Amino acid sequence: MAEAAHIEFNPLATGSRRRQLTSKTIIYLCLTGFALMYLLPVVIIFLNTLRPLDAIVREGFIAWPESVTFSHWAEAWGSFCIGGTCEGVSRFYQNSLMMAVPATILSTAIGLVNGYILSKWRFKGANFIFGVVTLGVFLPAQMTLLPWAFVLGNLGLSNTISGLVLIHTIQGLSFTTLFCRNYFINIPDDLIKAARIDGAGFWRIFRRIILPLSPPILIVTVIWQFTGIWNEFLFGTVFTSGANQPITSAIVAFSGSGTGERHYNVEAAAVLMSAIPPLIIYLVGGKYFVRGLTQGAVK
Amino acid sequence: MRWLTDHTPQLVLIPTIAVTIAYVILFSVWTLWMSVSNSTLLPDTTYAGFGEYVRLWTSRRWTVAYQNLFLFGSLYVIGSLVVGTLLAILIDQRVKFESVWRTIFLYPLAISFIVTGTVWRWIFHPQTGVELALHDLGWISARFDWITDRDFALYVVVFTGIWHASGFAMALILAGLRSVDGDLVKAAQIDGASMPRTYRRVILPTIWPIFLAVAVVLLQFAIKTYDLVVALTQGGPGVATTVPAIVVYDLMFQRGQIAQGAAAAVMILVALALVLIPYALYTGWRARQQGDHHG
Repeated sequence: MAEAAHIEFNPLATGSRRRQLTSKTIIYLCLTGFALMYLLPVVIIFLNTLRPLDAIVREGFIAWPESVTFSHWAEAWGSFCIGGTCEGVSRFYQNSLMMAVPATILSTAIGLVNGYILSKWRFKGANFIFGVVTLGVFLPAQMTLLPWAFVLGNLGLSNTISGLVLIHTIQGLSFTTLFCRNYFINIPDDLIKAARIDGAGFWRIFRRIILPLSPPILIVTVIWQFTGIWNEFLFGTVFTSGANQPITSAIVAFSGSGTGERHYNVEAAAVLMSAIPPLIIYLVGGKYFVRGLTQGAVK
Repeated sequence: MRWLTDHTPQLVLIPTIAVTIAYVILFSVWTLWMSVSNSTLLPDTTYAGFGEYVRLWTSRRWTVAYQNLFLFGSLYVIGSLVVGTLLAILIDQRVKFESVWRTIFLYPLAISFIVTGTVWRWIFHPQTGVELALHDLGWISARFDWITDRDFALYVVVFTGIWHASGFAMALILAGLRSVDGDLVKAAQIDGASMPRTYRRVILPTIWPIFLAVAVVLLQFAIKTYDLVVALTQGGPGVATTVPAIVVYDLMFQRGQIAQGAAAAVMILVALALVLIPYALYTGWRARQQGDHHG
């Protein structure tokens, strides 16, 4: 990637030794300052999952934990009461998985084939189709709320996870198609032509040439679809309620509008739990995450 | 049979593309139609004219929301670009553990706006966060209640938004810095330009298309902003941090004014178009220019 072409000059290797040392110190101080700014909020919230409630109520979130217990994590997971049911977030977690996994797989698989066709089997009208698909990426969710309500209602999918799977698959299609198409367009056409001369058909070329070249774009797409769908809030809130909500919506339902006693420590644990799957994906697939970013915006 | 194999690509494409086209075009037309219809609590297809647009633009809630969007959007984009550039330049100084720094600065992008907003709400709120901590330290008169202050709450949203997005700006700008021609930089160095001067005069100006691209992406985020505000302030206090997306939700699902809600949704689309169409035209024009130069 771009790293390979990086300049061989070291901006800091100018000036006296002493000056170099000062600049280095300043740079690391700045970086550390920013790093604290980024990490502290989450560290603070984590520490509060370990503190007893009365301490949090008395001293607030920003205080050193005097006694530590992991029981709030267990409570948040399995027995905390949210909206009438006392099953903790485990149920909403399950909902989110049931939503994000199928929607990610479906939208990625279809997007892969669509991208292959739009880049390698160009036909009349392909550009128009591609234009519409691109528009789909930018269409704000607010424009689709009423039609979705109608469609889900008629399919009998209101307030179901399947309904959300449908929404995220179709909404995600634009994105996955665009991504895959832009990736496959860089595969030389000669490769495809040669295969066709050898008598390979549509699916054979897909299996033998396109699929083996796909892993990088597949990983990027899967990462982006999964994190995006897991973190999505609006559709989950509008189209599901109560025990059928995905976790991101459920969190707001119980930590946003609380009447009566607040269980900050348990809520904090639940909030952090909801962030774990995207964070793991980010940490494991970080390189691809960044690649998706750069491909998406720098073109 | 022969025809079938010849047209496999089209046949495979038809179902999903039909769905996508329906999604993009029919759904948009649908909402557009709703915005000029008689709908209130339930959708109604009778044509009623553009009255709801007028009512929308004369409601204080909406004008405040649009003003907030302008203020929030510009500060959020500029702030993220400034912080992102700073971080990218810092990391570009051949620092040790580069990937660790990058991972730290970019991770907010992986977590949801809801988590981000909730976490920062606890920290900003005077009953749970910084203010209480200062009181505990003995500074009884300390005040830090921006989040509950009409005049400052929007800046809390801006700050949190920048916290969430600056890593994104950093990642793209860093990739840009790494793509700058090394000879150009060396030439500047030989001419005796200092490091900050080299960045300001040589490196940053050459990657301005990246700044533009990042700004457009972030503006798009800003226009669609919803979850962050819901988690952080729920639009309050009062309507101090209301944004258009919140108004849409309220009108459609809380107040039973579907037509006006649809009109508000259309206005969000218009805002997006005002950003994206000029940008698309511009990039198209630039691509053609470059094509001419090379060809």
